Amino acid sequence: MNLANEAGRTLHQTPLKLALDQSIRTAPFYLCKVPAGFPSPANDYMEDELDLNVFLVQHKSATFFFRVQGDSMREAGILDGDIVAVDRSLEPQHGLIVIAVVNGECTIKRLHKSRSGIELRAENPNYPPIAIAADTQLEVWGVVCGVVRRYPA
Amino acid sequence: MEPAQIANKAALFALVDVNNFYVSCERVFNPRLEGVPVVVLSNNDGCAVARSNEVKALGVRMGAPWFMLKDLQKKHGIVAYSSNYTLYGDMSNRVVSVLRDLVPDIEVYSIDESFLRVEHTAHLYGGTVQMGHVIRRRIRRWTGLPVCVGIGETKTLAKFANHLAKKNACFDGVCDVAAMSQGELEQWMRGIAVSEVWGVGRRLTERLARWKVNTVHDLVTADIKRLRAEFGVVLERTVSELRGVSCLALEDVTPAKQQIMSSRSFGELQHTLEQVSEAVAWHVHAASEKLRAQRSTAGAIYVFIRTNPFRERDSQYSGGLVVPLADVSDDTRTLTAAALHGLRRIYRDGYAYKKCGVMLMELQDKRLRQETLFDDPLARARSARVMGAIDAVNRVWGRGTLRTAAAGVTQRWAMRSGNRSPRYTTHWNELPVAR
Repeated sequence: MNLANEAGRTLHQTPLKLALDQSIRTAPFYLCKVPAGFPSPANDYMEDELDLNVFLVQHKSATFFFRVQGDSMREAGILDGDIVAVDRSLEPQHGLIVIAVVNGECTIKRLHKSRSGIELRAENPNYPPIAIAADTQLEVWGVVCGVVRRYPA
Repeated sequence: MEPAQIANKAALFALVDVNNFYVSCERVFNPRLEGVPVVVLSNNDGCAVARSNEVKALGVRMGAPWFMLKDLQKKHGIVAYSSNYTLYGDMSNRVVSVLRDLVPDIEVYSIDESFLRVEHTAHLYGGTVQMGHVIRRRIRRWTGLPVCVGIGETKTLAKFANHLAKKNACFDGVCDVAAMSQGELEQWMRGIAVSEVWGVGRRLTERLARWKVNTVHDLVTADIKRLRAEFGVVLERTVSELRGVSCLALEDVTPAKQQIMSSRSFGELQHTLEQVSEAVAWHVHAASEKLRAQRSTAGAIYVFIRTNPFRERDSQYSGGLVVPLADVSDDTRTLTAAALHGLRRIYRDGYAYKKCGVMLMELQDKRLRQETLFDDPLARARSARVMGAIDAVNRVWGRGTLRTAAAGVTQRWAMRSGNRSPRYTTHWNELPVAR
């Protein structure tokens, strides 16, 4: 394809006006050294580094971390000693894993809402579901939005 | 809307205040405390600095010494916590950032109170009261903390409205006195003691009582000229504010402090000059770090010590002395030398000391320093470099990593906090547990 313009010059030969704008002249950082010849082909693909906080936490001021004790959520991949991120700003919807307050204690279970009522279900056959009586208010502390675990390495 | 119209809109302030802040923080992470009488004690478990409503109902006053509460504790099952400032500080930051998302004009007034300017934002929520409820619900939901919102044409009125919201269930936690009729506002003002007004302390209340000013309404309707002649401009300003004339603006930058205080009770009673000296040096260390952070210098340092006035059978002593400096300084070493000089003058043998502290006074902007006859610019530059290095190290490794030898190595006098709750939000090994 011919990229020539009216003047008969190809595009990369067209003289560009140098913008002597203050912000450009004093740009304080360079992403990489500029070698004579070609710019680094990676330059256009430069992005922020991966940050686990950003990945895990959507609402910083509403997110808290809990330590899990016991294996009641084993089948959901949440093991004894794991740390879970809990977002208080999220709506506790059917099917989400939540931290709920039962008898003054925090428990981690999956929230199950149906016409017959609300249940907190473990993900482990050894734990029976906790039915919430129709006349009691279930206090959901927050919605579990992530789990982290470190291995001894 | 036209810019001119925006500028002409009358000011409207909101005060958002967390109810029983420290106690509420404890309850967020320990649901069992709901409905239980809870107090939080000051450093060293000395006295009550926060009370749940149940404890207030038992007649426990703010600042009541804990040992006097021991009987009540047994009888009513009061749960007492040592203060957990790490937790309270983190929760406070969360509240402020939630508020900042909702209303951009904010002045963080204290750890549990913020002023907002709301005249340009309230309509986004359908009005001031609706906005108040959005704030209340959002903070409760996101942080677990209960707040009350007071709204008025001035800061003093917003504070007054907040008091109404807190004490009267009919407001459901949100009160806008600007939306009240004159008659209704007057009625509330008649019913509330003048001591509840922002800036009216105990002393002033007593003096005002002699002038037959007992209620907020008495104060608002008093002759402002006579009031000013007798009580000064500060009270005059308060009265203007209560009348709806805004005198206090939102301060988005906290003004540099006029005095810097560092003091604390000892973990156990101290009997030697050596131990008390270490503690004093430590306080100089902490205070001078703050002094340098705000780029000020001190012209004098006040040092004080006292025994425990609640141990009635012990002999009592309390002493304090202001030590003026030859030249203003922000150097920990100069300030420590001055403080210890003062301490030696006031220290008496034979007493059991409970508390000591220092206050840096006559603070001024470091750049405004006057040259003196004995000036040594080289020494000054050297001092600045040493202090800068100390502060930098301590910022990274924690206060007290680098300190003057006078501040001691063992620190037997350090704070004791018997029943502090875990630092749930800032330490991986103290996280709340879910089963």
